[in-house]
Amino acid sequence: MDLIANHISHRFGDLAVLDDVSFTVSAGEVVAIVGPSGCGKSTLLSILGGLLQPSSGAPELRGTPPADSLNPLTFVFQDFALLPWATVEENVEFPLLHAQLSAAQRHALVDDALHRTGLTDFRKTYPKQLSGGMRQRVGISRALAVRPAILLMDEPLSALDSQTRELLMEDFVRLLADGGMGAVYVTHNLEEAARLADRIVVLSRRPGRIREVVSVPMTRTERGEIAAREKLLALQNQIWSLIRNEAIDAEREVQHA
Amino acid sequence: MLDRAGTPPKDDTTRRVRFRGAGFVPASSRFGGWIALALVIALWQAAGSGGLVNPLFLPAPSAIVRAIYELAVSGALWQHLSASLLRIGVGWLLGTAAGIVVGFAIGLSRLARSVGITFISALFPIPKIALLPLLILWLGIGEEPKIATIALGVFFSTAISVYSGVDGVPRNLIRMAQSFNVPFATIVRKVIWPGALPAILAGFRITASVALLLVVSAEMIGAQYGIGAFVLQAGNLMQTDQLLAGVVILSVFGLVVGRVINLLETRLLHWR
Repeated sequence: MDLIANHISHRFGDLAVLDDVSFTVSAGEVVAIVGPSGCGKSTLLSILGGLLQPSSGAPELRGTPPADSLNPLTFVFQDFALLPWATVEENVEFPLLHAQLSAAQRHALVDDALHRTGLTDFRKTYPKQLSGGMRQRVGISRALAVRPAILLMDEPLSALDSQTRELLMEDFVRLLADGGMGAVYVTHNLEEAARLADRIVVLSRRPGRIREVVSVPMTRTERGEIAAREKLLALQNQIWSLIRNEAIDAEREVQHA
Repeated sequence: MLDRAGTPPKDDTTRRVRFRGAGFVPASSRFGGWIALALVIALWQAAGSGGLVNPLFLPAPSAIVRAIYELAVSGALWQHLSASLLRIGVGWLLGTAAGIVVGFAIGLSRLARSVGITFISALFPIPKIALLPLLILWLGIGEEPKIATIALGVFFSTAISVYSGVDGVPRNLIRMAQSFNVPFATIVRKVIWPGALPAILAGFRITASVALLLVVSAEMIGAQYGIGAFVLQAGNLMQTDQLLAGVVILSVFGLVVGRVINLLETRLLHWR
């Protein structure tokens, strides 16, 4: 199943946020969206996931999702969005409660998702008892439980410390390794984009337009090797040179706001 | 330079950094309040026993305890208390049920919010006891107008705390649920209700006080039995020990309700 951004534009009142953004995320592909602060990255992701109505254009799906997918487009949120009154297990089970599943099927999906994210021993724990990294693992586990075709990830690591980010990045690489699941990965961190994405969509300063689409010419496995670091760094520098001046302008704009 | 153990060498100028972080912590000692209360009662009793205070104006605590005991033995305590409890119980339940329904409607529906907030803003500031004569006219002389007065007072505070609670549920949790196509009713039941519960329980604390205030006021205006009627009657007869016995009973009732709400919070909001 492909996800298509079809000439998407969006305004918040008088403020134009996105301007005619079009691209396609093919089945199993990971596309990162980067750009200066306030360029509309998160807005674009909300529109792609059907949580925000665009002013013009539309997000579209092409093809059929995998038969076992309960929620083809599934978000992983920056702030985790966990129910604080529910245990880890209940949080992961939450999106399955309204699905046409028996209790046994539901529990099997929860068990599998918890196992894949290493949370089996924490199933009875409440979110407040977990570290930021573990909370995001619960968010990822909840997303995996519904068997998504495409993960929509909105800066999923930005609220975490660098060591936890590294560990979770390894998890993402592992989860996306077999190409069975695609992703749209919004980030301001170019290293994360270069490490994870097959293609990187670079947006301009507000209103966000596609400035360039950069392909990453390596498999994700290769990117983990020391020899690849130089190439990845060169790629990051290439993207940084595209957005540096606009990032400075955007930062000044935010400071003066 | 540090030595091998990581302890710096000391000289004449070495001194400990003064601790400056004390205070400004919202903590209380466990028994401090009770000790202070006991001290005040002991002083009060000493003043009464020593003849420093006229018992007609301020009877000693022992006289108040004796009055409560006599009321209990005679059966009058239960007669007045049961009448008040029935009015509070029924009035509070009716007001709370209606307040929860209307509060949720205002919190969840744009139309209900537009209409509901206008009416609540207009009617909430009215002292509900002022409506008692009108309610007597509508509902007759009996329990109904008193219960309706309490229900009205409870309703407005409950509706406000419920819709404030619904408004306060983090939007990211609702968006999360919507992103999983969770149906509206499940979002209300599994996200909005538990998310609004802290505000709703805080509202219960306020409405319990409102109900107590209104039952006493209503009973003072028109009732034969009830703690309010008893206090008024004792005041008219200058039986200040009985008057204060009624006040103590009201205070104990307030404490019990507060304790019940604490227990509910501990049980239902353990995740906080």
